Amino acid sequence: MVLNSNTPTGDIRTAWDNHKFNMKLINPANKRKFKIIVVGTGLAGASAAASFAELGYNVEAFTFHDSPRRAHSIAAQGGINAAKNYQNDGDSVWRLFYDTVKGGDFRSREANVYRLSQVSKNIIDQCVAQGVPFAREYGGLLANRSFGGAQVSRTFYARGQTGQQLLLGAYSALSKEIQKGGVKMHNRKEMMDVVVQDGVSKGIITRDLITGKLERHAADVVVLATGGYGNVFFLSTNAQACNVTAAYRAHKKGALFANPCYTQIHPTCIPVSGDHQSKLTLMSESLRNDGRVWVPKKKGDKRKPADIPENERDYYLERKYPSFGNLAPRDISSRSAKEACDDGRGVASTGYGVYLDFKDAIKRLGKSTIEERYGNLFEMYERITGVSPYENPMMIYPASHYTMGGLWVDYNLMTNVPGLFAIGEANFSDHGANRLGASALMQGLADGYFVIPYTIANYLATITPGNFDTNASEFEQSETEVRQKLEKLLSINGKRTPTSFHRELGKLMWDNVGMARNEKGLKETIEKIPAIREEFWNNLTIPGSGAQLNIALEKASRVADFLEFAEVMAWDALERDESCGAHYREEHVYPDGEAKRKDDEFSHVAAWEYTGVGNKPTRHKEELEFENIKFAVRSYK
Amino acid sequence: MKLKLHVWRQKDPASQGRLVQYDVDDVSEDMSFLEMLDVLNEKLILQNEEAIAFDHDCREGICGMCSLTINGKPHGPQSGTTTCQLHMRTFKDGDEIYIEPFRATAFPIIKDLVVDRTPLDKIIQSGGYVDVRTGQVQDANNLPIRKKNADLAMDAAACIGCGACVAACPNGAAMLFTSAKIGQLALLPQGQPERKERVVAMTETMDNEGFGACTNHYECEAACPKSISVKFISDMNKELMKAKVSSIFSM
Repeated sequence: MVLNSNTPTGDIRTAWDNHKFNMKLINPANKRKFKIIVVGTGLAGASAAASFAELGYNVEAFTFHDSPRRAHSIAAQGGINAAKNYQNDGDSVWRLFYDTVKGGDFRSREANVYRLSQVSKNIIDQCVAQGVPFAREYGGLLANRSFGGAQVSRTFYARGQTGQQLLLGAYSALSKEIQKGGVKMHNRKEMMDVVVQDGVSKGIITRDLITGKLERHAADVVVLATGGYGNVFFLSTNAQACNVTAAYRAHKKGALFANPCYTQIHPTCIPVSGDHQSKLTLMSESLRNDGRVWVPKKKGDKRKPADIPENERDYYLERKYPSFGNLAPRDISSRSAKEACDDGRGVASTGYGVYLDFKDAIKRLGKSTIEERYGNLFEMYERITGVSPYENPMMIYPASHYTMGGLWVDYNLMTNVPGLFAIGEANFSDHGANRLGASALMQGLADGYFVIPYTIANYLATITPGNFDTNASEFEQSETEVRQKLEKLLSINGKRTPTSFHRELGKLMWDNVGMARNEKGLKETIEKIPAIREEFWNNLTIPGSGAQLNIALEKASRVADFLEFAEVMAWDALERDESCGAHYREEHVYPDGEAKRKDDEFSHVAAWEYTGVGNKPTRHKEELEFENIKFAVRSYK
Repeated sequence: MKLKLHVWRQKDPASQGRLVQYDVDDVSEDMSFLEMLDVLNEKLILQNEEAIAFDHDCREGICGMCSLTINGKPHGPQSGTTTCQLHMRTFKDGDEIYIEPFRATAFPIIKDLVVDRTPLDKIIQSGGYVDVRTGQVQDANNLPIRKKNADLAMDAAACIGCGACVAACPNGAAMLFTSAKIGQLALLPQGQPERKERVVAMTETMDNEGFGACTNHYECEAACPKSISVKFISDMNKELMKAKVSSIFSM
C-alpha cells in the first residue's frame, strides 16, 4: 500500500496558504446538501461541528456523554501554546514549529507541524472573541507563561482550567449552531462501528446508551474526534470513559493505525494509593515552573521530607539537566523519576513517588503569589491526599497521559478510507514521538476550527451529495455484527468482571509497553495478550440486558477493543527498534540515558493494517523528510 | 472501615425506585467516594446483580458529570468538592450513608443514580454564547479587558454544569447556573452586543424547562463545588430588569 500524505511541496512557509488556494470549494448554495457526521464533541469535534454548521453544512454530532460539555478536553489544566510573541521574547511561528519538530524527536511531518504553528495564533483570537476568560495582565492584555520545556513564554491559560474554558468556548459555538438548527446533537449515543461501502465511508452504527437501541446513521463524510487510547494502561490520567473503540473499529474497517507505540507519560501525577485506584490525577506541569523535584540521596530513606537536610536531597533534574532543570521535557522527567524509584530512592507508601517541593518558591515569591498561580491545584491535591502542598512537598509520579499515535491521516486529515476523517488526539499527525506541554489543546482546536473546515470541502467537491442509504446491505451487516458481539458479551456468564480484565491488561501494558520497553518484554506481551483475550471471551460476566442502561456492558465492549488494540501497540513498539521521544527502547540509549534514534532506518511513520484478530498486522511506512530542520540529538543539558 | 449504604435503585424512568441497603467493608480512607462504589459494583456483578448506575467521567472535579446526593447534600458533606473528589477519609467507621440521585423536577431519573440534565444545555443553547463565527476576528490583544473584570468573569466561568445548585434548591431553580453564564458574558466586552437579548432568552428557557423560581435560600451557593457566588443571581436579576425596561422604552 502506498501512503500518499498529500503534503504540499515548495516553501513550507507558504505551503498551507497555497494548498488552501488550490483546494476545491463548495458553492454556498450546495453546502446544505452535504451531510457530515462528527463523532465526539471535545475540543476537536465541537469546534469542527460548529465550524461546519457555520459554513452551511448539515451536521449531526454524537457524544456518549450526557452533554457535549463533558469531553475529556475539559481536564487539561496548564494552557495552550500560540506563537503570538506577545512577550517580545523571541517567539515566532518558526520557533514553535522548530520546538515541536524537535520535541517530537523528528518523527512528525514538517508541513503539518508548520501549519499547526501558523494557525495557533488564530486560535487565541477566536477563543478571546468567544469570551474565553484567559488570564490577563493589569494593563488588560493577555498573560503568558512558559511551559514544559519551552524557553519562551507562549502559553495562554485560564487559571488551572484552560481545557475547561476552551471546551466551553467550543461548546458554546456548538450550542449556538444547535439552536440555529445547523447541528443535530445526539447525546448518550456511542459509536459502535464505521460503515464502509465499496471502500468509502458512508456512516456509523450507534448504540443508545439509555435504551440499548442500535441505530444507523448515514452521511457523506464521517469525522472521528474520539480522543486517545491512554486507558489501555487501565490507570491513566484519562477520564473513565476514554477508550479506543471508535478508532479501533475504524481500523478494523480498513483505516490504518499510525505509531500506536507513541504514548506519552506525564511526569506530574498523584501516585497510586491502592488496588481500588480507578484513575491517576494529573497535577499540571505548570507546577514545575516553581516546584523543585527531588528524592533523598540515600536509598530507603523513610524520614519525613522536612527532616531531610538540603545536603541529603538529590534535586536530580537540576543536577542532570542544568539548563532546563525542573522544566526538562516530559519523557525525560518521567524516566528520571522512574530511574530514581527503581534505584530504591522513591518516596510514597509504594516507593513509587518523588517530591515536588514549593518551599523555596513560597520563600521567594510569597504564599499569596503561589496561591494565585496554583491555588486550585493545591486544593485538589489536598482533597485527594489529605496533605497541604503549602506545608509539605507534593508527591508525584508519572502516569499515562496522552497518545501521540492514532489513525493515520494525510495532510487533509483524511484517513486512507475515503470519506473518513480523524481529528484531535484521535489522529497521529502533529506531535511525532512526543508532544510538548500545552500543545494538545492547540492541535485539537487547530484541526477543528482552522484545518478541517477547508480540507473537507476538497473531498466533498469530488463526490455527489446524498449518495448513501441506511438500507444498504453494508449497514445491515455492520449492525448485525455489532448486535451479535453485544449478545455474545452478555451470554458468557463467567466469573470475572469487565474491570478485572481491563486491570490485568493495563498492568501488563504498563510494565512492558509503558515508560521503558525492551525486546523480551514486548515479545512476552504479544504472547500474553491473546490468553487474556481468550479468558475474557470465556469467563466474563455481565448482569442485566442490552436493552437498557448497562454500565458493565458498555465497559466490556470497550475492554474487548483494548484487548485487540493492545497487540497492535506492542507490535509497533517491538518493530520500532530504536528509541525516539516517548518511545524508549532500553536497547537503544546513549550513555547519558538520552533516547538513541536510528534516523536511517526509522525516520518514517509506521501505519498498521488490520489483518484479523490475533494476526500480526501489516506494517506500512510513510517516509518522513526533514528539509527545514536538521536532525539533531535532543539535548536539554 | 465498614459502612452501611442506602442506595437509590430505580430500574427506569417509569418504575418506582427505592433505597436498598448494602454493607461494605474494607473501605480505605484513600479511596474516593466513587471508587468505594466501584468496589461495591465489582461485588454486585460477581453476585450477578446489576451494577449501580451513576454518572461520572473525569474523576478530577472538572467535567461536571458526577452527581449524587449524599446524606441529603448534593456532592456530599465537603464544601467546594464534587462527589468524585470526595474521599472516604471524610467518613468514619460504622457510618450510614444515604446515596440518592440529584432530585429536581427538571432532572428526571433515567436509572438508579443517573438523571437527565439536558435542560441545562437548552438554557445555554438559547443564548449562552457570543455569536461569532470561526475566523474573521481581530487580534486577541486588540481588546484589552480590565484584569478585575477578567478575573470576575473567570469566577463565573468556573461553573462545571453539574446541576448541584438545582438539586440543592428547594424550588429546583437553575438561577445560579444561568446567572453564572450571563454574568461571565456581561462582564466582558465580547458579551455586550447581545447582552439584553441573552438575559431575556436564557431566563425564559429556564422557566420553560421546568426549573423553579428563586426565593433566596442560597442553598445553591453552599452546594456548588466551584463555590460560585449568589451575587451573580442578583446581578442577573438587575440585567433582566434593565433589559425589560429598555425594551419598553426603545421600540
